[in-house]
Amino acid sequence: MKKVITVKICLGTTCFVMGAAKLQEKLKSVLEKYGDSVDVKPVNCLNICANTDTQYAKAPYVMVDNDIISEATVEKIINKIEKGY
Amino acid sequence: MKTLNQASKLKKEVLIRLVQAFLTDNFEQKINDIPFDMRPKGSEIPFRCCIYKEREIIRERVIAGLGFEVGQDDEKTLLSEYAKKTIERENFKPSTMMTVLDTACTACSHSKIVVTELCKGCIAKACQSACKFNAIQIIDKKTVIDNSKCKKCKMCISACPYNAIAKISAPCEDVCPVDAIGKDEKGITKINFDKCILCGKCIASCPFAAVHERSQIIDILKEIKNKKKVIAMVAPAIVGQFPGTFFQLKSAIKQIGFYDVVEVAQGADVTIQNEAKEFEHKMNSGQPFMTSSCCAGYLRLVENTLPDLKPFVSDTKTPLYYTAEIVKEKYPDCVAVFISPCISKKYESCKNDKVNYALNFEELGAIFVAKQIDVLNCQPDTDNNENITPHARKFPIAGGVFKAVSNSVKNIEAKPVIINNLDKKNIALLSSFAKNKKCPTGNLVEVMCCQGGCINGNATISTTNSAIKKIEELVSKDESENS
Ligand code: FES
Repeated sequence: MKKVITVKICLGTTCFVMGAAKLQEKLKSVLEKYGDSVDVKPVNCLNICANTDTQYAKAPYVMVDNDIISEATVEKIINKIEKGY
Repeated sequence: MKTLNQASKLKKEVLIRLVQAFLTDNFEQKINDIPFDMRPKGSEIPFRCCIYKEREIIRERVIAGLGFEVGQDDEKTLLSEYAKKTIERENFKPSTMMTVLDTACTACSHSKIVVTELCKGCIAKACQSACKFNAIQIIDKKTVIDNSKCKKCKMCISACPYNAIAKISAPCEDVCPVDAIGKDEKGITKINFDKCILCGKCIASCPFAAVHERSQIIDILKEIKNKKKVIAMVAPAIVGQFPGTFFQLKSAIKQIGFYDVVEVAQGADVTIQNEAKEFEHKMNSGQPFMTSSCCAGYLRLVENTLPDLKPFVSDTKTPLYYTAEIVKEKYPDCVAVFISPCISKKYESCKNDKVNYALNFEELGAIFVAKQIDVLNCQPDTDNNENITPHARKFPIAGGVFKAVSNSVKNIEAKPVIINNLDKKNIALLSSFAKNKKCPTGNLVEVMCCQGGCINGNATISTTNSAIKKIEELVSKDESENS
């Protein structure tokens, strides 16, 4: 069986405000082509944004399996997924 | 509204820093540090030629964030002095809503069509025959464009087999639907506020994020800090702009220190009733058509450019107007703050004596981030549920105003004309209604400045699709509770 990759997109308030709100919709349509092999999950605050006073600047955060992507964009996420294959 | 991600993020970061600085007990010192904290010594230079320019631009963003006009800055005044003035002033309302950052504006040249050196001076001269405006001449065998005749239709560009003709653009100028953007001697963008309708398109489109709103964010936080009764009047378009439910959002707003959160949808219900009555009355007395009057950008357009349309615009006041009346009645000594999806509504707030300040969704988001308030962690606040109708909730969605008003019209048929997005084409259409004193396709014209309605205002955070979904969810929740 093929390994399923989990993409967790953080929809905590910080990530949401810093771009996740729009990223989430784009991501859904772009990742469709992977079918069941990629599982996209919206999640609550990953607790990265508040680690220091300025971590929010690197939001939105997305996790692809166990790797954190900061300032996440569709391109960065796809790169990560493709490398994992 | 389609914004450029990186550019709008930078603006948000500055706002967050600004709020963070205000929340310390050393605002003035902290504010001086912002450009250096964001671009510390030896840090990478992401956008500009050198670190000094980066810092200067950040400094200008802070000045705009404090509500000042950047064009009047002398470059030597310290940010702390601006901060001091901000703290000292009272009842601040900006004289113009936007300001262009001189240093950030890269002085893109005027939009125009140019012939590049790729032009071969061919025999076919497809460009010349493609031009409908007689703007192309052939001089010394090469194509030359007469800019006084050129309408920038780009037909020559598609006609040239050598790809020799190109359009150079100033994005702000390209998107401005009313030609309010010009350039000074140095090529820096200047906004003509006599023409500007405050659609916010230039703010969203500038790739250098050089057009800023003049914010009242610190003035508002100052009132909260001074223990004033500060009331948030939230636009109906706020539903879906933050994670969590609307009731969690209300409690998140109270966590900032707002005394109460009042829905402007309440005022929308008053608008709906009044506008329906007005519509019936006007149609019965023979007026050919009536347009809505709730979009501040559209009202500016009528005032500035289409005065002939004025008699056809509804006299009914906006949802914000009625809500502010309700709020000032209930809390006579309060500071009323409108939480707005866009810049044109901020302008309306400035003009209304009963509204003290306005804050847009992005600015509200910046406060949440700075104060580390996560809406998802907030307990739902179901205080004073105001029995808002589904129609009022859907007011900010394109088509929503028409549906709401026509639903309350009893004795005549309302035929819809929905105009959302005030671009050049739609403005020409409206202008034809004014000129002919009739509207051939209907009698109740809904006009919204932004494509898709207020849920796509220039300061919105979510996509219109997800906003609509959340509004629908809230409506069905209301309905199941009331049944
Ligand atoms: S909101 Fe995304 S990490 Fe906290």
